[in-house]
This record gives sequence, structure tokens and C-alpha cells, in this order.
Amino acid sequence: MSSEEASMTNTTDTPAQETPQGAISDFGIDTTSQSTGEAVRDYWARVRGGELGSLPALLGLVVLLIVFSSLSDTFFTLGNLANLLQQGASITIIAMGLVFVLLLGEIDLSAGTASGVTGSVMALHLIHNGNLLGGMGDTVFYMFCGLLVLAIVLSALMKVWAGTALSAVALIIAAVGIPANAWLEMLLAVCVGAAIGCITGFLVARVGIPSFVVTLALFLVWTGVVLQFIGQGGTLGLRDDTIFNVANGNLNFVGSWALFVIAVGGYAAVVLTRHFSRLRRGLVAQPTTLVLIKIGALALLAAVITYALSINRAPSNLVVIQGVPYVVPLVLVLLVIGTFVLDRTSYGRHIYAVGGNKEAARRAGINVERIRMSVFVIASSLAAIGAIVYSSKVGSVDPNAGGGDTLLMSVGAAVIGGTSLFGGKGRLRDAVIGGAVLAIIRNGMGLLHQPAAVVFIVTGLVLLLAASVDALSRRRAANAAR
Amino acid sequence: MSEPILELRGINKSFGPVHVLHDIDFTVNPGEVTALVGDNGAGKSTLVKCIAGIHPAESGEILFEGEPVHIKGPRDAAELGIEVVYQDLALADNLDIVQNMFLGRERTKIGLLDETDMEQAARKTLASLSVRTVKSVRTQVSSLSGGQRQTVAIAKAVLWNSKVVLLDEPTAALGVAQTRQVLDLVRRLAEQGLGVVLISHNMNDVFEVADRIACLYLGRMAAVVGSKDVTHGQVVELITAGRSGDLGIARPEAATI
Repeated sequence: MSSEEASMTNTTDTPAQETPQGAISDFGIDTTSQSTGEAVRDYWARVRGGELGSLPALLGLVVLLIVFSSLSDTFFTLGNLANLLQQGASITIIAMGLVFVLLLGEIDLSAGTASGVTGSVMALHLIHNGNLLGGMGDTVFYMFCGLLVLAIVLSALMKVWAGTALSAVALIIAAVGIPANAWLEMLLAVCVGAAIGCITGFLVARVGIPSFVVTLALFLVWTGVVLQFIGQGGTLGLRDDTIFNVANGNLNFVGSWALFVIAVGGYAAVVLTRHFSRLRRGLVAQPTTLVLIKIGALALLAAVITYALSINRAPSNLVVIQGVPYVVPLVLVLLVIGTFVLDRTSYGRHIYAVGGNKEAARRAGINVERIRMSVFVIASSLAAIGAIVYSSKVGSVDPNAGGGDTLLMSVGAAVIGGTSLFGGKGRLRDAVIGGAVLAIIRNGMGLLHQPAAVVFIVTGLVLLLAASVDALSRRRAANAAR
Repeated sequence: MSEPILELRGINKSFGPVHVLHDIDFTVNPGEVTALVGDNGAGKSTLVKCIAGIHPAESGEILFEGEPVHIKGPRDAAELGIEVVYQDLALADNLDIVQNMFLGRERTKIGLLDETDMEQAARKTLASLSVRTVKSVRTQVSSLSGGQRQTVAIAKAVLWNSKVVLLDEPTAALGVAQTRQVLDLVRRLAEQGLGVVLISHNMNDVFEVADRIACLYLGRMAAVVGSKDVTHGQVVELITAGRSGDLGIARPEAATI
């Protein structure tokens, strides 16, 4: 696993390495080519210098896997591992959205309850066969539509067109009353999430209220809205196969291996294209052997996981449960798209810049307010996807959906993975790694029959440990810079 | 002497009742370093901000390459090829050198960042300025020294084929060796044919790199002199009293803010 980590770190930010070429060789010591040994030493030097990335979280993940496997017979079984993926997915997805917000040094405390709102709208639409007016009652429905219109106006004002478009789609679905359709409901949830993000983002970016206060207030508001939508003590059941399958279904055998081929092949294609284009243009590149080893290691790991998951893991002989759970491609797709946006587009670059130095970004001509608003739209939209997954997992939406510890666990996942709360530092895969750590703790402790009290305490201590590692490594990096 | 690349005529600027700049005439020649000196509050920064479009001038004319231009915002200035390197840098610590140099003006290919192209361009620019102190263009700015950061900030300005570079106190926070680096760089900018304006409080720096010295006194241009024609003492007098011998404003005591 740590070799995979090394590959991910090094391919995205090629460190101080060298190139042989004419005029460019004038450039300092940036000029000699590098062997595999040097590349490894270079990586190690950066780790020692305090640039840990998600290394501690990955090590923690491995330790947790070993500990729980040795303590519990059932932990390292195929059934439980697949279950683990399905349990951790919703927190992970919400955490991915929060990474965008955290990168700006902001916080979205309302992401959890906002996801609850989207989940309950989805459930209402399904249960009342598209008649949201009947599901919500007149007053509530008109206020709901009013908020969607507000979101459209605010996002258009700030030129966050994606927010405008998604909010408009939500308004259309709500107003037209198309009969229930699982895909439409999920789209509606995401669009409502985007609309919520527009409102949050506008209050933070344009009105200028600190994000902590805005989202604290909205946390309470959305808690109330969920209660209003569902009714005290009620639950909205989601009786629909498509929605149920999101978190509980699996790809079939062919699909599982197709996913393997696409994921590994795509990764290899991207990495190799970039590698050879750098080599061709005489730029610093890692040794080709190292690149190939990384791709090979990833392919091997992915093959083992795919193989294991495509074995029948049903506890009885009556049914067959096999294949990679749908949540895996879902998380992968979100991870790939998100990482792509952050690393390969100007928009992503601007997010990092605003998180690192707002004033510098402003002077460079970046529309800082627009960037700040847009990350809240992304966070709430992803929170809505998280809501779809957890509602699907339990098969219903209750008044406590997205409340409780949902949000704090998501923030915890992002932080454990290595995202900084001060902004400018973090990657999307941090959320995935951190989410995995939290899911394993919860799942493993449950299998060991530990009471909830112990689970909470241990989770808290792990978070504290992660924060300490981050603080210490930052201090080390600061010293190294002098 | 060649034709001025930037020429200001009769620039006036007030902030409310405070008249900060009085009929300033100022020229910048290509291939020359023009030092802009003056006491605190003399209007140096305001003048730079007028040129950069942050505080547009109220009256007066600005000629760029002989043509009258209207600079209404930072973007107008950037389009003309006027770049300002601010005192407090304006680099994002968490990005590397290439990312900072292209911030806000990333090069893209089919909508995606063209990293290799940007990296090559950044290297070329740094190499053309003979910057040898930075280990790699992919080094994060947070791990650079003050002098190296200043170097990156200046190189960023050069990258855009700019014609005029305004440096606001580039050596104020630097040590001896780092000041050396930056002054060498300033000189090289001029050798490349750019018009360089250096704002500085440090007379040693000014005499070392400047071809001409423009002294502001209470918002008026006291004198523009060749740095070879004056002594240290004369410039200090111009800064503090607005007058030195037959140089400077005729009746500085009549000057009011």
C-alpha cells in the first residue's frame, strides 16, 4: 500500500529532479537525470522534511487491518470486507466534498444535515410519485420552490453557472411533477444539494459571514427542514430496487473485471502519457522503471481485490453474493473526476491558490468570491450523493438523516487522510483513505462487540493522533524551510 | 537617449481632501533603471498605483510607447505590459514556482493545464535571468528564502513579455547576500531592454543599480537626475528638503500637501 502511496504522490507533483538539455541546462542544479535510487531517496527526504501527505493514514490503515484481523475471526472475511466498503462509502463521499471547502480554509458544518434534506426530498418524490406539492403541503412546497429560485438568482449573480443549472433542474423536477423514477429522484437530490450550496456559498463569499457561523446556522435550519419534511417520529421508506442497489448491489462478474481493466488501464494510460511526454520534452521525469513498478503494484493490488470480491461471499447456499459493490466504481469515479478537476484544470489550481494566499490570488486576477462560492456548491452536491448512498444502505430516510455525527465523521475522515484545516493543503484521496480508516474502526470495534462508548472514544483518539501528526509534520516542514 | 516607453504628464491624484500627487511628470526609458525615491508619504506608492491602474489618476496624460493610453484598472496595465512586483510578494506558499508564475494565466490545452509547456517556459525565463539559486522549478514557494521568493515574483513579472516592471521596495526585507541577488536581477531586467522602476529607501541600492533617480517631495517631482551626476548627500537633501543647491523645487517651503 505504501508503494501505491509513493506512486500517487510522485506522479502528481514531480519533485526536484533533473533534465539534460541545452539552454535549459543553465538552470541551476536542475539538470542531471535521476536513477530509481535517487528518486526513492528524494521521496524519503521529503517525508523526513515533513511532507507526509497521506502516508500516516495509510500506515494507520494497514495497522488497523492487521489488528482487527488478528482479534476477530469475522473481520477479514470476504463478506465483511465488502460490507465495509458499503458502510464507509457515504462518509467518504461527503468527506470528498468537504475537502474542496477545507482547501480554502473554510468549513461546512451544514453538509451533514443538508444531505439529510436532499435525502428526504428524494424520498418524498418517490413516495408521493412525483407530487412534491402533496408530499410537503402547500406552504412548505412554495417556500421550497422559493428557495430554489433564490439559489438560481444568487448563483447567476455570482456567475457560478453550474449551480444555476442544477438549481434550475431541481426547480423543474419539483414543479413539473414527473412520476417517480429512481434516476430522476437521485438527480433531484443532487440538484437540491447544489441549490443548498449556492445559498451557503453566497452567504459566505458575497455577504462575508464567516463560514463557521453560516453553516452552524444552516446546520440548525436544515435539521428543522428534515423534521418538517418527514414529520416527527416518522420514516420515509425507499422501496425501489434501483435506489436500494446503490449501496447494496454488486457489479456482476464481467462488470467487475471490466471495472478492473478500465481503472488500471486508465491509470496506466494517464501516467505513461504524461511520463513520456515529459521525457520527450526533456523535462524532469521519474525513472521509467519506477513508473512501471508503481503501475504494476497498483494493477496487482486491484486484481487481488477484484478477484476476492468476485468470489461468492454469501453466508448461506441459498443466494449468491458476488462482484464488486456498486459503491466502489461510484467512489472511484468521483475520486477520478475530482482529482482531475483539482490537478489538471485552472479552476482546481485557483482553489489551491485561494486557499494558500487569497490576496495573491486576487492580484493574479482570480475571481476569489466565485471560487469561494463554488466550493460550497460542490460540497453540498457531493453531500447529496452521500445521502443517496446512506439512505440506500438503510432503505429509508428518518428525521435524523445526516444529523448526529455524520458531518463530524466526514470532517474527521478528511483530516485523518491529511487535509489541512488551514487551507491550501489536501487531496481528494485523503478523504477516501480517512473514510476507510473510520469505517474500519467502526466495523472492527462492532465485530469485537465493543459498546458505542468505546467506539466513539477510539475514533476520537485516532482523529487526535492524526491532527498531532499533521501539526508535528508542519512544524518540521517549517523548520526545514529555514 | 531612446524614446521613453512610459511617459506621465501632469498627473494629479487626491484622496478626498488630501492632494497626494501634484502635476507629476515622470518618464521610464527602456533598458534603464529609474529609481523612485522619497520620504514616507511623498507619494511613491500612489504614483505606482496610478501607473498600475489600482488608483487611476484624476488628471494628466499617460503615454505608452508614445501613444496616449487610459489605464482604468490592473487589467489595462497588464495588457499594456506593465507589471508590478509588490512589497508583500503575492505568491501562494502552497504552490510551486511554476504554478505561481502562471497563476491566473495558466496555459491550457483542450481545457486542461499544460504543465510541461508552463514548466519549460518558467525554466527559460529563470535561465534567461541567470537565476541559479533555485534547486528546481517544482520547489514549493514555502521552502524558498526571502531572496528566492523575490526572485520568483520578479521572474513572474518578466514571464509576460512585459515592457515595464515596477518594483516596490524589493530589497526591504532581505539580507545582504539576498539583496545582492535581487539587485543583480534588477540590472539584468534593464539589460534585456525592459523599463524598470525601482522604489527604494536604501541609497546604496539606488546608486548601485539606477541610471536615473526621480525624487518625490510631498507629492511633487522635486528632481529627476542622472545617478552619476549627483552625490549621496544631494539625493538625501532632495528627499528630505525637496531642494539641493540648484536642483529641486524652487520654493519647497511653499509646498503643501
